[in-house]
Amino acid sequence: MAGLDHAAQHPKEIEDPVIAARNSRYGIVLFAFYFAIYAGFVGLNAFLPSVMGLNSLFGLNLAILYGLALIVIAMILSLVYCWLCRAR
Amino acid sequence: MIHNASALSVIVFAIVVAITLGLSFYFAAKTKSAAGYFAAGGQIHWFVNGVAFAGDYLSAASFLGICGMIASFGYDGFLYSIGFLAGWVVALFVVAEPLKRLGKYTFADALNNQFQSRGITLAAGISTLVVSIFYLIPQMVGAGSLIKPLLGFPHEVGVVLVGVIVVLIVATAGMVSTTYVQFIKGSLLVVVSTILTVFILNRGLKVDHSELANSPQTLMVKKDDSRYVNGLPQGTKEGQGDLRPVGHLSKLPGDKTETGPLAPIEFLTTLQQSEVVLWPKTTKTDEEGNKVTTWTPTPTPGSSILRPGRHPLFQGLQKSDILPRLDFISLMLALFCGTASLPHILIRYYTVKNQAAARLSTVVGIATIGVFYVLTLFMGLGAMTSGTLDLTDSNMAAPLLAKSFGETLFAVISAIAFTTVLGTVSGLIVASSGAVVHDLMTSVMGMQMTDHQKVRCGKIASVIVGIIAIVLGIQFKDLNAGFLVGWAFNVAASANLPSLVMLLFWKRTTKQGITAAIFVGLFSSLAWILLSAEAFEKVYRYSAADAVKLASVPFSQPGLITIPLGFLTLVLVSLLTSKASPKPTTSDAATV
Repeated sequence: MAGLDHAAQHPKEIEDPVIAARNSRYGIVLFAFYFAIYAGFVGLNAFLPSVMGLNSLFGLNLAILYGLALIVIAMILSLVYCWLCRAR
Repeated sequence: MIHNASALSVIVFAIVVAITLGLSFYFAAKTKSAAGYFAAGGQIHWFVNGVAFAGDYLSAASFLGICGMIASFGYDGFLYSIGFLAGWVVALFVVAEPLKRLGKYTFADALNNQFQSRGITLAAGISTLVVSIFYLIPQMVGAGSLIKPLLGFPHEVGVVLVGVIVVLIVATAGMVSTTYVQFIKGSLLVVVSTILTVFILNRGLKVDHSELANSPQTLMVKKDDSRYVNGLPQGTKEGQGDLRPVGHLSKLPGDKTETGPLAPIEFLTTLQQSEVVLWPKTTKTDEEGNKVTTWTPTPTPGSSILRPGRHPLFQGLQKSDILPRLDFISLMLALFCGTASLPHILIRYYTVKNQAAARLSTVVGIATIGVFYVLTLFMGLGAMTSGTLDLTDSNMAAPLLAKSFGETLFAVISAIAFTTVLGTVSGLIVASSGAVVHDLMTSVMGMQMTDHQKVRCGKIASVIVGIIAIVLGIQFKDLNAGFLVGWAFNVAASANLPSLVMLLFWKRTTKQGITAAIFVGLFSSLAWILLSAEAFEKVYRYSAADAVKLASVPFSQPGLITIPLGFLTLVLVSLLTSKASPKPTTSDAATV
């Protein structure tokens, strides 16, 4: 099974700075997007907490929906990032 | 509440630990080099590493603490889950790949890639040690409060037990064994949590109108330390009494008495429209000096439980003062920034082959952790409504809930909760021993050592840190584990994140800037925490009223102030020193 031999050393990775920079840009954009959503969640809870009690989709209140959405979106964004950074 | 040790749980527990140690000794034979000991030779497969991320990250605070908080207060525990997971976004999108590119074994290496500065190594090494020890304390405290009811031993024994087992694991094979311990732990956590959630959904929700379930309970601790529950001496024999387990609904929508099996979303919406009996407690000391705690059953609408604001830490959100809101924002900021700053998480980026692998393993980690946190919402709410809660110990919520479905599930969950602590503590000790040997001894003190000597020193350092962890875990046994983990996140984010981020994205960062930022962030956040009302009340043991008067800072979470302070320090010092120092070259010898 790959990865069980821990005695061997690995060769130093050679990377293309253009690709590294590109990946870095994707990362920052995705991060900024997520930060905006997260800040919205924190801001609403801090300054407009009554909004979190309102009913939203599927019969769930906004607090539960937004919380679950934050978790799911994190997972989706990480997959998007992997796809964007794939070797072409 | 008194819990009886279960023979089955002891046996299952022993088996799980034996397998863990067996794996550790097996890989010990294969670990010879420093690379192998500290970073597992860079050969861990990304999927294994990803699940190990989860195993590393999901500590006692997550599994026991968050479930317990949700079971007692509702939505507020979920806020921690959201914050903890969101932090991974920072880790993946901002830090993961650049970090892999930069360093060999430790956080200090990553920062030093460009500067070769002893000042940076010293600062980063100290930061790693301090944060790791802060994070170790709640784990050891968690171990102690887990062992007592599960296996019947006192708190101290639990702490010593964890300390000894972990030191054995780490001292024999370092990072390799901890990776596989954490892989096993991560997988087991998700699998068993899924099973438990399925059982919860299948059982559905029921109403309990019985008299006993709806009567207040009291615990009196007399001056001579004797304990009386509901008027009777505490015990399990004739004429004695014990606290009854609690947690039920007083009303279901449509006035049903039970719902039968429910789908996940249905479970949440049904709960939202029901009424759950919560048990707020009040404590007072009577004229004879006896301390009496009373729990009063209070039917509460589900819609209020599934919103933030019931837990004491978050109650300020319901009022109109600005300070509790700042405290809340500060905590959510610290959780968001803290994950990427934790040394024992960062070190795991070095155990895979290349950047693509680092990326993939973080994705697997996020998926595993995300699934787990969704499951904890259901486990916590299930525990709230299953009549199994121990009023005196919310950390037991998840295990006791499992017990209501059968002794076997309880035994397995107890063992997993324990390995949860084992895994996290292992990772922390490896990070600390790496900091001691690699940063402090080799780089700062300039001690020249062969590979073999480094490994030996690493093992000795592991033992010493292990002993410190045991001692502190016993000293701090009454402290709230969640509070301490929040501390660690504040400190890590303040000390480490500014340097990491600015080094990666600002060309004018100087080594003096980094060193200054780490020290300022570290000490300002530490000082803030130690001067807060929370510390005065829970650490120095003043009364709540005195604590508020003595506190030197306006709220308890420093992140909102100290994280920007770290950034500001770095920018200012870098600008001041950028003209003075020559352009850094790789031939520069180590200078401060």
